[in-house]
Amino acid sequence: MWVLLGIAVIVVGFMLRFNPLLVIMVSALVTGLAAGLDPIAIVSAFGKAFNETRYVSIIWIVLPVIGLLEAYGLQERAKALIGGLRGATVGKLLTGYLLLRQATAAIGLTSVAGHPQTVRPLVAPMAQAAAEAQAGDLPEEMREEIKGWSAATDNVGLFFGEDIFLAIGSILLIVGLLDQYGIHVQPLQLSLWAIPTAISAFLIHGFRLWRLDRRVSALKAEGTETRP
Amino acid sequence: MITLGWVYVLAGGAFAAFAVLGLSDNANPKRFGNAAFWGLMALSMWAGDFLGDLGNGLLVLALVAIAGIGALGRSGGGDVAPALRAERSRRFGNGLFLIALVIPASALLGTVALRHLPTLIDVKQVTLISLALGVLLALAYGHARLRAAPMLPLQQGRRLMDQVGWAAILPQMLASLGAVFALAGVGEAVGGIIQLAIPEGSLLGAVIAFGLGMALFTIVMGNAFAAFPVMIAAIGMPLLITRYGGDPTIISAIGMLAGFCGTLMTPMAANFNLVPAALLELKDEYGVIRRQIGTALPLLAVNIALIYLLAFR
Repeated sequence: MWVLLGIAVIVVGFMLRFNPLLVIMVSALVTGLAAGLDPIAIVSAFGKAFNETRYVSIIWIVLPVIGLLEAYGLQERAKALIGGLRGATVGKLLTGYLLLRQATAAIGLTSVAGHPQTVRPLVAPMAQAAAEAQAGDLPEEMREEIKGWSAATDNVGLFFGEDIFLAIGSILLIVGLLDQYGIHVQPLQLSLWAIPTAISAFLIHGFRLWRLDRRVSALKAEGTETRP
Repeated sequence: MITLGWVYVLAGGAFAAFAVLGLSDNANPKRFGNAAFWGLMALSMWAGDFLGDLGNGLLVLALVAIAGIGALGRSGGGDVAPALRAERSRRFGNGLFLIALVIPASALLGTVALRHLPTLIDVKQVTLISLALGVLLALAYGHARLRAAPMLPLQQGRRLMDQVGWAAILPQMLASLGAVFALAGVGEAVGGIIQLAIPEGSLLGAVIAFGLGMALFTIVMGNAFAAFPVMIAAIGMPLLITRYGGDPTIISAIGMLAGFCGTLMTPMAANFNLVPAALLELKDEYGVIRRQIGTALPLLAVNIALIYLLAFR
């Protein structure tokens, strides 16, 4: 039972807002010591896993391209493009992105979009421009909220699209694990049963984006009413 | 053959450039900390396979020490003036999008097309390799189109990297923590506790405990992959599948998605929730999570209901 101390370290560490890297390292040391491992073995196990998972940090090589384009006005361009589209609203734009993200993830293209590649340079500025087209100048909180919605929409689309694809990590993990119990399932079967949740995710998040849309439009109505 | 090793060389080069350029950023009082942090990441990318397990572990300890004592700063300045950006944006027009789309288009086309060239490319890593090729293509095309100063992409990239800061390596850190947890048997201990909480003989109680357990354990671990083996061992196999005769395919498929609802609600899933907040320069580091809770909770309820209704017919 003492190995659960590591989880307590994480919860308390995050609540007290210590640096997360530090919290994770302390949690690993506490957990390992509780399980009777010596510190050298713990640091080695951590280092081995860190090296094997380096591929998740490759994504940062896109930053020079994003930096170059932003220096040449990409965000301004994205805003101008959406501003010129009649009928573009923040809700429609993000719902469209949600569908696109789910669809591409469902065919295995999870790394095609994402926060550094598409959300920061394109989706977030476009969403803000669409909201401005609806309501004029946005209050600071709404501006922040729309950035949050842009990132959230990317996550929802990715999570509840990718499991429809059969060769994704989580599907392979399920197949492998059930195999150990002597139960043999087909990846295709698993991915088919991900579809009801994918549809539900689209409906729920889409509904919330529609409500965001109405709130943004209402800002405009308020704005005009208060003027004499 | 092009393997992930080539991409690591490229990524190491990018981190090394971020480190060197960071050193000359006089506006950042903590520039030595930044340079050391990205320099160590370059070392990890280039030499990780030769450092040995303990060597890599010490490298991680050094990264944690730099971040933990607050030695990482944000780059000062380097921003391109808004007026200049607006002027360039008018000059280059929608061509900027073409350059931006080179990366996703390469990842897409590369994944589809390069799969058929198993002698040339490691097909298991084809998307990451295509993404890296896309970056090089976009830089070359962007350079030809925009005639930017050669160092500008790396300078601006470094500025963005410093904005993300230590959060950039959180995903890798969490994956490594998971490895230590597995070694220490944390999963078995959690499973034992959760089983105590289920009312005896209640199928609905067991389904709810399974779904909630997936979400809660994912919230703590930041990863549904870590929660899944634990919950299958604790509740899925002994109760839902063996005692109540549920369909293992449906229970597993939807159970994993119940875990994903937890991922939407936790700062532990840093690459999805904290990194974008830093990348979008949100004032509230939990701003992305706040937008997601309203989707995650109803969807978790839907997933639990789906398991209950579909798996036990």
